[in-house]
Amino acid sequence: MAESINQKENFLKGIIKENPIFVMLLGMCPTLGVTSSAFNGLGMGIATMFVLLMSNIVVSLVKSQIPSKVRIPAFIIIIASFVTIVEMVLEAFVPFLYEQLGIFIPLIVVNCLILGRAEAFASKNNVWSSILDALGMGLGFTIALTILGSVREILGSGSIFDFKFVAENANTFILFILPPGAFIALAYLTVFFNKISTKKA
Amino acid sequence: MEYIIILIGAVFVNNIVLSQFLGICPFLGVSSKVSTSVGMAGAVLFVMTIATLATYMLHEFILVPAGLEYLRTITFILVIAALVQMVEIILKKVSPPLYQALGVFLPLITTNCAVLGVAILALGMENASLIKAVFFAIANSIGFGLALIIFASLREHLELADLPKGMKGVPINLLAAGLLSLAFLGFTGLV
Repeated sequence: MAESINQKENFLKGIIKENPIFVMLLGMCPTLGVTSSAFNGLGMGIATMFVLLMSNIVVSLVKSQIPSKVRIPAFIIIIASFVTIVEMVLEAFVPFLYEQLGIFIPLIVVNCLILGRAEAFASKNNVWSSILDALGMGLGFTIALTILGSVREILGSGSIFDFKFVAENANTFILFILPPGAFIALAYLTVFFNKISTKKA
Repeated sequence: MEYIIILIGAVFVNNIVLSQFLGICPFLGVSSKVSTSVGMAGAVLFVMTIATLATYMLHEFILVPAGLEYLRTITFILVIAALVQMVEIILKKVSPPLYQALGVFLPLITTNCAVLGVAILALGMENASLIKAVFFAIANSIGFGLALIIFASLREHLELADLPKGMKGVPINLLAAGLLSLAFLGFTGLV
């Protein structure tokens, strides 16, 4: 069955056609919560991508050993172990990002994207396909988070990746780095993304 | 007085959905009708309170004395998942009408990040105590319910609105949530 999947298609689907955020609306909490700057969005995206990749690999390796009745708790334990690893690594090596992301790091456990891919893809496919699926989905998630973070940072603080391009005390749309801005920016980005992807199809 | 501040803070100022972005999935997912959102709010109130009680005790009496704080995430999510399952079984036996009302929402709650989020946030409170943590959970679930029910009634009206094609569905809901969040921003500085 694995041979019948077009691997390139499998990798690319996560980026545009089934983009986890703009199209499938999975993992909305970190999406809205941490994207007040482009750097935070990128950091969260990479952390999530790592957990997604590792859990997809492990789930697809052990899928035949897990009885189907307890598969969800088993997946959650696998995911939670990798989240704990990420939490410790970030705290030790990137304390600044650890503080910025705060509560959203342990909450990667309940990111529906990761459990969703484990259940819908990794538990039915071989390791290689699962790796590609995780990379595509993770990349789509990271790109979406970085775009949202950049838009909010440009509008809200007049900078991008902490590089300021407006005067020191210029007026910016502070609204966009506050919570309501997250919803509003994502609403318009979704409209925009739908427009592009329907034109392509 | 301290408890009133926690209550106002959690319900209005730092509303768990609109300013902390926890529990967005059920907030967007089960808010198309007011009646279902009331059911969800009730289920969250129930589970969040019990879950925080259990996880707080687990953390204070087992993890901290044993020096195992780094197992927090794994143990908490397991406790919450097991608890939800247990609540479901007990409710089914003890109070069928309540089970009828909350039943379908219970399995969804395991992946509601608001429950895990509040359990973790409760550990970080100033002079935390068991009673305070539980009160914090109740206050937050009231905040969750309030946001959910207001948003559901907004969406019922939006159903009838005439919108541009691209805005239909998800985008307009996100926009409505943004405006609701803007309204709640007005409470900043209250406590």
